[in-house]
Formats: sequence, C-alpha cells, structure tokens
Amino acid sequence: MTGLLILLAAAVVTVVIAVLMRWKNGRFAERPADDREVLTPEQIGAPLGERATLVQFSSAFCSPCRATRTLLTDIAGRLDGVVTVEIDAEAHLDLVRELHVMRTPTVLVLDADGAVSTRASGLPRRDQVLAALDRAGASPG
Amino acid sequence: MSQPTQVDPRGLRFVAGITAVVLALVLAIPSEPVRIVLLAVQVAVFAVAAFIGLQRSPYAIAFARLVRPRIGPPAALEDSRPPRFAQVVGLTFTAVALVLLLAGATTAALVATAYALVAAVLNAAIGLCLGCELYLALRRLAPAGA
Repeated sequence: MTGLLILLAAAVVTVVIAVLMRWKNGRFAERPADDREVLTPEQIGAPLGERATLVQFSSAFCSPCRATRTLLTDIAGRLDGVVTVEIDAEAHLDLVRELHVMRTPTVLVLDADGAVSTRASGLPRRDQVLAALDRAGASPG
Repeated sequence: MSQPTQVDPRGLRFVAGITAVVLALVLAIPSEPVRIVLLAVQVAVFAVAAFIGLQRSPYAIAFARLVRPRIGPPAALEDSRPPRFAQVVGLTFTAVALVLLLAGATTAALVATAYALVAAVLNAAIGLCLGCELYLALRRLAPAGA
C-alpha cells in the first residue's frame, strides 16, 4: 500500500515538474529589474554588440545548451549589431553567483550599454528571443 | 573544444523508459525479495552506464539490437556527458534505496526509489535531465576553483 501511495505521489510530482519546466523555459521577464546589473566586455570576455548582446551561460552537463547556442548564433547572424557570447559557467563561478545564474542554459540580453535588459533560463523559442531583443532596443530589421 | 562521445538521443529516452518501468515495479510490487532483486539489477545497470559507458548498459544494448535497426539512424546525436552524469545521480539514489531496503527501512527506501523514478520518467517523456538541471545549483555551492 505504501508503495502505491509513493508511486502516486511520484506521478503527481513528475507532472508538476514537467508543467513548470514548460512554463519556465525561455520565459524572459517582461519588466527589467530596478537595479540592473551592467556587464563590461572584460567580464564577459568579448566586445559588446553595438545594439545588443546575448550572453549564454553553459555547462558540460547540459543537453539544451547546444540547441540554445545554435539558435542564438543564428539570430545574431541575421541581425546587425547583435552578437552572442557563450560563457562556461563552471569556469566563471564568481560571475555565476553575482548574476544569480541557477541553471544552464541561462541567457542574458544586454542592451547597447551592457545593462542586463532581461533574462531567461532553459531552451528559448526564437520568438521569445526576438521579443526580448526588441525590448532591449534592438528591434529586428 | 574537443568533441565528446556522441549518443543517440532516442536510445537515452528508451533506456530511461525501461528504468522507469523497473523503478515503478519496485514501488508497486509489495514483496521485499522482488524489490531487492529489481533494485539490485537497476543499481548494476546504472553502475555500468555511469562507469563503463552509456552504450554498455544492457538497456542500451537492447535498444541498439532491437529498436534502432527498425527506426533507422538518428537525425542528430547528443553529447554523452549530461546523460552520463544523470546515470551517476540515478545510481546514487537507487544504491541508497537498496541499502535502506536491506536495512529494513522500507518506506525510506521507496521514497529514494521514487526520486529516481521521477527523474527517469521526466527523461523518458520530455527529455529533461533532472540531475543536469541541479548540477549548476550544486556547483555554485562549492568554493571557486574546486
């Protein structure tokens, strides 16, 4: 009996996690935080994009990181002034702590000045990234 | 970056599916000897996948021999490091469950099994690697450079 109850609980927990993940992945915050962090080229190890920079935190144990990198690289290639930078989270744990990065992939959208405009974790959809870039002032086209 | 071993993502889902069935049976069958045998088998399978190689696990061999010939080559391959890490996490939970079961702490053993089951079902159903999701959160706690 105990086994069946635990089995049932496990099923419920599984569904809850699956739904949460679907909701959470690629969801960029609508409104930027009041105290926005500003990142410098030194911190991310690459020059900032003229209009926006997509910063992706990745790690070795991360299956959606590759798909995220492919998507961001494609988007940056199509838009003028938008660049993408990938950071190995494990090699930059100080930055990871400072920016409260909890999982990989995490994508930060920086505006032209390097201020964090918005962020999301998990594999995003193309339209989610484009909308986030739009809010950062780098509207497509 | 050097190219790590690549694996068929459908094989990973298949392996996770069988793992989920075995772990669900551990919970569903109210017999101590059956539970011990099933858990011991699963611990051994996890250990092979984690320490020898994902493709060496009996479930993966079953996929390669029985399923893959029927469905053809995969569209894309996946980095083997995340799933291998997941096997280590699965091994940890099932090994703890087995020890608890042998020590007579049945309820605690079943709860540990349930954690591994949730991870296996999420992996099989939506390709989510729960252990991987928690990896960075745990890694953050370690001192820098560790």
